[in-house]
Amino acid sequence: MADVNGNGKFLVGIYDDDDVVLKAVKDVKQAGVRIHEVYTPFPIHGLDVALGHPRTRLGIAAFLFALSGTTTALLLTAYTEAFDWPMIVGGKDSYSFPVYIPVIFELTVLFCALGMVGTFLVSNGLGPAVKPLMFDLRTTDNKFAMAIDLSKNKLAEGDIEQILRSSGAAEVNVKQF
Amino acid sequence: MHVTSAVRTPLVTGGKTYADVTEDVSRQVEGRPTREWTIAFTISVIVLLYGTACVFWTWWEGLGVWGLNKTIGWAWDITNFVWWVGIGHAGTLISAILLLFRQKWRTAVNRAAEAMTIFAVICAASFILMHMGRPWLAYWALPLPNTWGSLWVNFKSPLVWDVFAISTYFTVSLVFWYMGLIPDLATIRDRARSKVSRYIYGALSMGWNGSAKTWARYEYMSLILAGLSTPLVLSVHTIVSFDFATSVIPGWHTTIFPPYFVAGAIFSGFAMVQNLMLIIRVVFKLEDYITVEHIESMNKVITLTGSIVGVAYLTEFFIAWYSQVEFESYAFINRATGPYWWAYWAMMTCNVISPQLFWSRTIRRSVVWTFTLSVVVNIGMWFERFVIIVTSLHRDYLPSSWAMFHPTLFDISDYIFSFGLFFTLFLLFSKFLPVVNMAEVKAIIKSSSEKLPKSVSGVAKGERVTNPAFNKNVE
Repeated sequence: MADVNGNGKFLVGIYDDDDVVLKAVKDVKQAGVRIHEVYTPFPIHGLDVALGHPRTRLGIAAFLFALSGTTTALLLTAYTEAFDWPMIVGGKDSYSFPVYIPVIFELTVLFCALGMVGTFLVSNGLGPAVKPLMFDLRTTDNKFAMAIDLSKNKLAEGDIEQILRSSGAAEVNVKQF
Repeated sequence: MHVTSAVRTPLVTGGKTYADVTEDVSRQVEGRPTREWTIAFTISVIVLLYGTACVFWTWWEGLGVWGLNKTIGWAWDITNFVWWVGIGHAGTLISAILLLFRQKWRTAVNRAAEAMTIFAVICAASFILMHMGRPWLAYWALPLPNTWGSLWVNFKSPLVWDVFAISTYFTVSLVFWYMGLIPDLATIRDRARSKVSRYIYGALSMGWNGSAKTWARYEYMSLILAGLSTPLVLSVHTIVSFDFATSVIPGWHTTIFPPYFVAGAIFSGFAMVQNLMLIIRVVFKLEDYITVEHIESMNKVITLTGSIVGVAYLTEFFIAWYSQVEFESYAFINRATGPYWWAYWAMMTCNVISPQLFWSRTIRRSVVWTFTLSVVVNIGMWFERFVIIVTSLHRDYLPSSWAMFHPTLFDISDYIFSFGLFFTLFLLFSKFLPVVNMAEVKAIIKSSSEKLPKSVSGVAKGERVTNPAFNKNVE
């Protein structure tokens, strides 16, 4: 959200309904307005696609973290049981792969979950005591806000406001950061 | 676009709007503690203090204060541990497996069930620490090279697998639960009127603003977390059952243990969720969100898992005879007719017969029946672990070593400690955090509400809490 750090001026369309805002995204884009982002109290399926956000690559990160967990567990069990202090327990070889499967599985899950959640927080700029960029405080309750960055749009403020209203916005506010 | 299937009963009753959901759930977080809450909390803290004193005495004096003897080296401690871990299975089952199965009814109960999971795992872990006798050496269970050389933990031991399984399960459940909380914490933050609560909930909600991009990633992350947690939750009780199944004690050395333990865990976990939710929905007036429909769905899971457990009991008996291993046969006949027959029949009655009552629709949908039978199920599941552990151990290989287990005051008090700990944590959760996942319930309102008002997002009836800061945005 680096583009909101300056003294950006935004028009914020407030919508009452998730279906209305989903359709409005398409209408507003059709009218040639660049939408900064839409803020909603709950996930709306298809909204990110309608806004043209690229598909998240969180899955790749999750896979790599899982792989690092598997590798750590394989190396840990192999190093301790086969090289550093070989031990024969229960008549099994000092290195016996099948008995390590539980530990390998658990560490895979642990690394994957923690790594993915960490990536999620970092990629969204979330963290303890981060100050949120709220365009309207009601978007965590029952309203849906569409933010338009005026500096990134060639259309006049009044025209954009008209477009937002005709797309179903109940109110249009100005927000200055 | 209000589409409700005619065959599906609504999951949210009372024609709630989005604003109603926020209002109804946030009410108990924002208001002063109720009298009932204060009384319940005071009792829990007193029980916890008493229990803590007893646990410290157990550590100070040593495990000799328990009723353990040379023959019965595991008794209430491990029984309580397995019981609490079992209870801790329902939360992740609801939030992960039911998410993958797209069961919408999970949305109203997942938050409290996950909290219950986390607190139950804490209680379970406390019994491991107690059982160690010298808890300051608990780090010996971790793979660290010790001071006398490079001797490591034994990775071939199921007890070490347990360390990994339970700590991973706890961590992942906590993270899953907290990630689910963030959007709702942001809701509370944006409604907060006092500076203190705005600061605290602001810090906890990590700067969440609900942008479409964040939500898309959030949904994707939840799906992967659910995919990870599903095998994880099944692995935890599987590995707990390995603690027994890999030994050579008759009655323990059984390949049926992993599925049997997992089913039993879900069985007792759902029973505990029922007990907690039935109280929460009345005390916090959430009957429109946690409906009879939810109760019935959970009772169906209880019937299914209870039946699996029943089949497992019978299979064990059949195999004991069919295998023609006399030690195995003796162990099972002794369970049913030996000196611990009462524990065995308590387990059979509570776990096999009582869940079958839920085949009746009236009983399944009755709040009183559900509450009573859930308590009965949890008593039964405690006895199941007692039967498996104490009854299998009390007849040793040599008749001269045969013994009985008699619990002491400290066996009982250390168990009471875990109830104090559990309810103290749960009551703190239910007061300071939203007990129902508001964002997820809002997402299902259009498809699962009883009736839809003209505008779902309309302002709630009565006085609406408004934040002074919020008016600045409105021209």
